[in-house]
Amino acid sequence: MAFNYGQFVSGGVGKQLATTLGLPRPARLRRHRLGASLVPGEVLVAGHGDAPVADRVRHLLAEAGVQVASQPSTSVAAVVLDLTAIDTPADLETLRGVVGPALKTLAPTGRIIVVGRPPESATSVPQAAARRAVEGIVRSIGKEMRGGGTANTILVAEGADAGVDATVRFLLSGRSAYVSAQVFHVAQPVADIVAPADWDQPLAGKVAVVSGAARGIGAAIAETLARDGATIVAVDVPAAGGPLAEVANRLGGSALQVDVTAPDAGAKIVEHATARHGGFDIVVHNAGITRDKLLANTEADRWDSVLQVNLLSILRMNEALIPAIKDGGHIVNVSSIAGIAGNRGQTNYAASKAGVIGMTQSLAAEQAVRDKGITVNAVAPGFIETEMTAKVPFATREIGRLTNSLQQGGLPVDVAETIGYFAWDANRAVTGNVVRVCGQMLLGA
Amino acid sequence: MTPASPRRAAILGGNRIPFARQFGPYANASNQDMFTAALEGLVARTGIAGERLGEVVGGAVIKHSRDFNLTREAVLGSSLDPHTSAYDVQQACGTGLENAILVSNKIKLGQIESGIAGGVDTASDAPIMVSEKLRRKLLKINRGKTTLDMAKAALAIRPGDIGIATPANTEPRTGLSMGEHMAITAKKWGITREAQDELAAASHQNLAAAYDRGFFDDLMTSYLGLARDQNLRADSTVEKLGRLKPVFGKGEGATMTAGNSTPLSDGASAVLLSSEEWAAEHNLPVQAFFVDGEAAAVDYVHGDEGLLMAPAYAVPRLLARQGLSLQDFDYYEIHEAFASTVLSTLKAWEDEDFCRDRLGLEKPLGSIDRSKLNVNGSSLAAGHPFAATGGRIVASLAKMLHEKGAGSRGLISICAAGGQGVVAILEGA
Repeated sequence: MAFNYGQFVSGGVGKQLATTLGLPRPARLRRHRLGASLVPGEVLVAGHGDAPVADRVRHLLAEAGVQVASQPSTSVAAVVLDLTAIDTPADLETLRGVVGPALKTLAPTGRIIVVGRPPESATSVPQAAARRAVEGIVRSIGKEMRGGGTANTILVAEGADAGVDATVRFLLSGRSAYVSAQVFHVAQPVADIVAPADWDQPLAGKVAVVSGAARGIGAAIAETLARDGATIVAVDVPAAGGPLAEVANRLGGSALQVDVTAPDAGAKIVEHATARHGGFDIVVHNAGITRDKLLANTEADRWDSVLQVNLLSILRMNEALIPAIKDGGHIVNVSSIAGIAGNRGQTNYAASKAGVIGMTQSLAAEQAVRDKGITVNAVAPGFIETEMTAKVPFATREIGRLTNSLQQGGLPVDVAETIGYFAWDANRAVTGNVVRVCGQMLLGA
Repeated sequence: MTPASPRRAAILGGNRIPFARQFGPYANASNQDMFTAALEGLVARTGIAGERLGEVVGGAVIKHSRDFNLTREAVLGSSLDPHTSAYDVQQACGTGLENAILVSNKIKLGQIESGIAGGVDTASDAPIMVSEKLRRKLLKINRGKTTLDMAKAALAIRPGDIGIATPANTEPRTGLSMGEHMAITAKKWGITREAQDELAAASHQNLAAAYDRGFFDDLMTSYLGLARDQNLRADSTVEKLGRLKPVFGKGEGATMTAGNSTPLSDGASAVLLSSEEWAAEHNLPVQAFFVDGEAAAVDYVHGDEGLLMAPAYAVPRLLARQGLSLQDFDYYEIHEAFASTVLSTLKAWEDEDFCRDRLGLEKPLGSIDRSKLNVNGSSLAAGHPFAATGGRIVASLAKMLHEKGAGSRGLISICAAGGQGVVAILEGA
């Protein structure tokens, strides 16, 4: 078994050594468990001025059976701060006054959620400055937090407050364990927001197509969406048929062997999902490959194969999938930290994954897509513990694990949980977003 | 007369693992492992995990004694509802197709709503038997009540008793291998080396083309690192095959080589059949209907007929019952045990004397359009794990007929050891 620093320092000699030398000791993250309460403690809710979102959040918490606190204490597990009404940088004092003291006593795996408005829609220069400052503050809080805590920003467009609930729920819950220092953009919903009858089954009755589902992150996505109630169409290349069948059978879904780069891949998926499951509500474009080499040494076929599988296939398949997906459906693309920060020896991969971001944002804005009520979002995983990263050389692997605010690698399920959140019908006000699942990795921040 | 069938048996899909050559990637896989893998791929493709089916019928030609309940054990190891009953059938290379006949008959009779028919064989993980003399002496030791009895019995073992036997491709009643039998038939029908090599090359080329156009994407599930039939040689040509030395038959007239005979192989296949109602309830499109099947046997022991010629008798009986002629088909799937088997069978159907004297027909069945024969390759290219061949052919043909359209027809012909043959007709849906 490969050496794992995080496990080594979690107990015994390793723990003593790390404590003595002041080495980082990654905390155990709080992950979603069926039937677990939304937050393991009280939530401190505060705001600046009339704070309209704070009221919504209090209501949401009451509904979820979570106690609202007005003072910092050790029983507080999360802070939600509504700064939607700030006008000048001087108003940021509210944040310092509330979050500063709260951080001293915040329970492990705590959550700081700051809700603001987009700087772009500010009505004055001081207001824009104040609004933009929020992101910088929250990113810094993420780096300051310990014990597996996270800090995130939600920017809500004027008049779109009703769409904020899904994101607040996601960030408070264990589903967002490895998501930190991200900015979520909430806008006018593209279709009616529909809360699930049971928040443990937010995808009940939905059909989800997951590409690259035979192994690794794709298998975790299929598993997580199935856990949340979705019927899975597991897609992978014929050569991965054995493990693909295993995933499909374990989840009670169906397997479709198709190479995503085939010209008729989209049509085949539509045909299968329609004939077998009466259509589909969710598409997760996860299939991807790497063919690493320095650009100086990259031949045309190495370049082309990565772009074909990771980007061009999605563009081609979407031509068939978008007209066929049910109205109000959700498309989620898998990008990568390499597409944001770049990576030595991964020019082709970075091209494809950055391209995925461009595609996501542009598609989300397309009128035909919005008219169908479809959301289009992307996740960008950081260092995730998979069979693939287990083969990375020791030093590189440990650097990947430790160079983030949570001081550990994420798990495939962490990526899957964010994808699941993008696929909620309760989450139709978030589209065109790219969320990194990276524990606030230092790269590309 | 044909009794009116109360309802039809639908073929919904099939699956197999790629076939491997003997001692290849599946050298350490058991029949149970392989058949479970074939079932799992089929369950995943059709999305029926947790479903209780009417039955699963499988079997293998070469079995370990511990595999007495092979198919049931595979079902228990699969994602199907463990309340699904299962049994084994063995009719040599006809096993897989015979199983499809059994399942379809039960569906037509209303005894079951759904079922899987399949088969598996390994030429690698074969049982080993001790010599017959040694086996009897060992049993005697085992029967001994006292140590003295056992010691006495043990002393009776002679060095000459020690020896092991592996299953052989030999007919017990003639001592001839299947290839040697076929060589006699090939010679009798005057099947040329060139014609055999042409058929073999076409088999490889057709199978390769089928893979290239993704035909097998929904007919196969990769297994132990193999995603295509290991025996397939896409670049096979008549010239290359022509350079091989004959291995069966003797002297100048010997025409049968390793290239125009199927290799020993490992693999498994399974086909899902059901009533039309069950298919509709499960949102599974019907690919084809299993119309009818027939089995025949010939007396090869006394030299009356060639060992692998039984399908030549089964097909005309089936055609007569269905009121069809040999030319009424869009596709012909004639199992390529040897290239010469296919060619001898076709020649017999064209032969006036054979059709009159042996089949009792007024005129020959006639020729078939060779462009409709084994169009996606057959056993010469894919390999032939005995009991798995029937499922391979039924699943492929059902898909071909579905693509061709409703009402299209396909004929399956499979020869088997013991002078047997199993044949069937499918109709596209």
